[in-house]
Amino acid sequence: MKTAVIVFPGSNCDRDMAVALEQVTGKAPAMIWHRESELPEGVDFIALPGGFSYGDYLRCGAISARSPIIAAVKAAADRGVRVLGVCNGFQVLTEAGMLPGALMRNATMNFICRDVSLTVANNNSDFTRLYQAGEQVNFPVAHHDGNFNADVDTLDRLEGEGRVAFRYTTPINGAARDIAGILSEKRNVLGMMPHPERMIEPAHGGNDGRRLFEGVLAAL
Amino acid sequence: MTQITPEIVAEHGLSPEEYARVLNALGREPNLTELGIFSVMWSEHCSYKSSIIHLKKLPTTGPQVICGPGENAGVVDIGDGQAAIFKMESHNHPSYIEPYQGAATGVGGILRDVFTMGARPIANLNALRFGRPDHPKMRHLIAGVVHGIGGYGNCVGVPTVGGEVNFHPAYDGNILVNAMTVGIAETDKIFYCAASGVGNPIVYVGSKTGRDGIHGATMASTDFTEESEDKRPTVQVGDPFTEKLLIEACLELMASDAIVAIQDMGAAGLTSSSVEMASKGGVGIELDMNMVPCRETGMTPYEMMLSESQERMLMVLKPGREAMAEAIFHKWELDFAVIGHVTDTGHMVLKFNGETVCDIPLAPLADDAPRYDRPWVKTPSQPALAPLAESADLAADLLRVMGSPDIASRRWIWEQYDHMVGANTVQRPGGDAAVVRVHGTQKGLAISTDCTPRYCYADPFEGGKQAIAECWRNITAVGAKPLATTDCMNFGNPQRPEIMGQFVGCIEGMAEACLALDFPIVSGNVSLYNESKATGGGSAILPTPAIGGIGLLADWSKSATIAFKAEGEAIWLVGGHGEHLGQTIWLRECRGREEGPPPQVNLEKEKAHGDLVRGLILDGTLTAVHDVSDGGVLVAVAEMALAGNIGAQLDLLTTARAFGEDQGRYVVTAPDGVVIPNAIHIGITGGEQVMGATLTDLRAAHEGFFPNLMGN
Repeated sequence: MKTAVIVFPGSNCDRDMAVALEQVTGKAPAMIWHRESELPEGVDFIALPGGFSYGDYLRCGAISARSPIIAAVKAAADRGVRVLGVCNGFQVLTEAGMLPGALMRNATMNFICRDVSLTVANNNSDFTRLYQAGEQVNFPVAHHDGNFNADVDTLDRLEGEGRVAFRYTTPINGAARDIAGILSEKRNVLGMMPHPERMIEPAHGGNDGRRLFEGVLAAL
Repeated sequence: MTQITPEIVAEHGLSPEEYARVLNALGREPNLTELGIFSVMWSEHCSYKSSIIHLKKLPTTGPQVICGPGENAGVVDIGDGQAAIFKMESHNHPSYIEPYQGAATGVGGILRDVFTMGARPIANLNALRFGRPDHPKMRHLIAGVVHGIGGYGNCVGVPTVGGEVNFHPAYDGNILVNAMTVGIAETDKIFYCAASGVGNPIVYVGSKTGRDGIHGATMASTDFTEESEDKRPTVQVGDPFTEKLLIEACLELMASDAIVAIQDMGAAGLTSSSVEMASKGGVGIELDMNMVPCRETGMTPYEMMLSESQERMLMVLKPGREAMAEAIFHKWELDFAVIGHVTDTGHMVLKFNGETVCDIPLAPLADDAPRYDRPWVKTPSQPALAPLAESADLAADLLRVMGSPDIASRRWIWEQYDHMVGANTVQRPGGDAAVVRVHGTQKGLAISTDCTPRYCYADPFEGGKQAIAECWRNITAVGAKPLATTDCMNFGNPQRPEIMGQFVGCIEGMAEACLALDFPIVSGNVSLYNESKATGGGSAILPTPAIGGIGLLADWSKSATIAFKAEGEAIWLVGGHGEHLGQTIWLRECRGREEGPPPQVNLEKEKAHGDLVRGLILDGTLTAVHDVSDGGVLVAVAEMALAGNIGAQLDLLTTARAFGEDQGRYVVTAPDGVVIPNAIHIGITGGEQVMGATLTDLRAAHEGFFPNLMGN
């Protein structure tokens, strides 16, 4: 599997994502600076990492969503390449219009960093195929703006089309319908606030995140 | 040109005697820019003029020490060609005036001290002291400080893995915010600040210079007054996004061989960075102030030299490397300007609009700096505590202590910090020491910050010893070998002999403990004048020598945690039963008394008990370990029970055995049948209560304090 991690100014989980991809695929990903306009030939999997790209100025992810590389990411997604946005990466995907909805400030107004229990809402994507639907998994969250929201029609549509990938087992940030991660229409783009790359080996206290990457690897 | 009057001299915080030294150093009257430069360089904050003769008593060397005090941070060998670089620094006065920005820029400043030397920062910690929780201003200060630390640390992507918090009325008008950063570098890629190479370009990188923070170092060198809040404009504003870019750009440039010397612009900004680089290198420096990137128009050289705008660095490059370096900084969208060059004159010369606006000989600026042997008096000993009636209800007392401000869970704080970014935090906050894996290796660094200010107030010498010993103990309790420390010395007005006596006492106690435990101090910071009349208190803070220590684990997976692991395991106490109730949390919380001498540290026993426990951790004998400190054995057991969600059946304890804070002790568990040498069997794990208090009630008390106080 050929993977790439997009690096924006202020990304800070890019290395963690690269380590996770290398551990699972056996091969280090290409690290792609946001000013590039092209992705490596034949890339199968693109990750938009967490962090505070552009310092979260304006709105989280808003400036990065206008980076030159985003056009190439969109084109790749249209071709069916798997795209994963975690935390700030999820925010970028919504700001780029690749996923619906928006991530607002947490309902508590505080940053939250802790392990949370997630329920796998659907296992009908390459990202979630190695989980059981309804299974509970533990991933860490670390965000100030993870409160997912969209209009009721969009939420109903996401639910109806089985595009809610993960839900918080108990509410943590005010997200509508406890949504933690959603899929694109073609199910090849996943945006999620929790960090699967921080839960892949014993040092992390668990490895529930590993199957997310292994699922994509197995699909290729 | 402004005439230098005695009033202007006084406004710059220089005494008439110090101004006479300026005249002598220059051989003439200074102009305003020169006066400003002398004023900040000779401020308490930059010159250590009241503390330096005592700081020299601290042990700073050892085979593990690569670089001790004097550089931006201390450097310690951690094997395999790697070094840990670390320091702790205060940002007290700014954090009281504007808690969010004050705390945030405290984190930013200490991060720069560490990555300036070539290290990638891998962990932040913070040691905080607040006033009474119910003080009308305190919630605002706590929320602001925690949000500021999180806002900065989370954004730069360095995990905030630990720290400590105390509450005491003595901090009502002068809170303490001490921030620590630990980084990792290759031992052959460590960068120092001494400039060299006549003609080499001096380069300014990072953010533009604004008018913020002018005279911050001077503010940090006087007493706090009612008017201090009018000094809000002297608090800098942080931009962690720029800092993140600066870290990446500097580390990228450091991977080449272009840098001769590098220094961050911290307190006293461009002044102290340029003076230190030139002085350390024994060279001169000439800067063209027209080249300094400025945020505002019309800035004068005086303002540029004294600005404390954040996220800026000064470098000396090898000749011909400017273009390559500039390309890196432009890639990261940072300012880059050649603003001067190294000279052989031994002077700092500043040019502006073609004219020389400053010409100071550097040797006298450094060598003639005032040094004071301030008068001091020894702190009187506390009378021994009269015999106390036994606790009538250990369970009720335990619940009260577990929910008290100094013992309660700090989860509300650390869940607002990204303590996992980097994916190497293998022991998260809440234990004795944080453990952070060294990226790409099996090694782990154990890190802890410690100080018990109420002990230091009651007996500075014993309190100073205890701060070092407790830090050593916390690092030992996770199984690491303690390596070295950084100190952040927070005290009141050194011109008062009783305050100076506290400082001297703490230093001497620390020195004794450092020597006995082979735990040298490799970097540090002194913050004096922590006194305030702002809230009607009119008193100094408790003497607070905050200690930040690091230790090394060859294999992080061997580290011990505090949580009980299984039911039916034996609970042992290493170090003997408690007898000492003076200055304990129990005495304060359950009897309302802050009295008696603090517990003494027997350093020989401290070392023996610690070495025993560390050995038993590394050979896999122990299943859980917790040091005994605030609250005594019963609190230690309750914390272990809550962490593992397993109760304890303890043998009957007296009040002193339950809550005594005798030093050099650990509570450990081992599978049933294993005998721990030189330890007392005090019970077994299991059940759902500790000494009659249920885990549910204990958890509610322990976890409830901060959310109840802060309202969420």
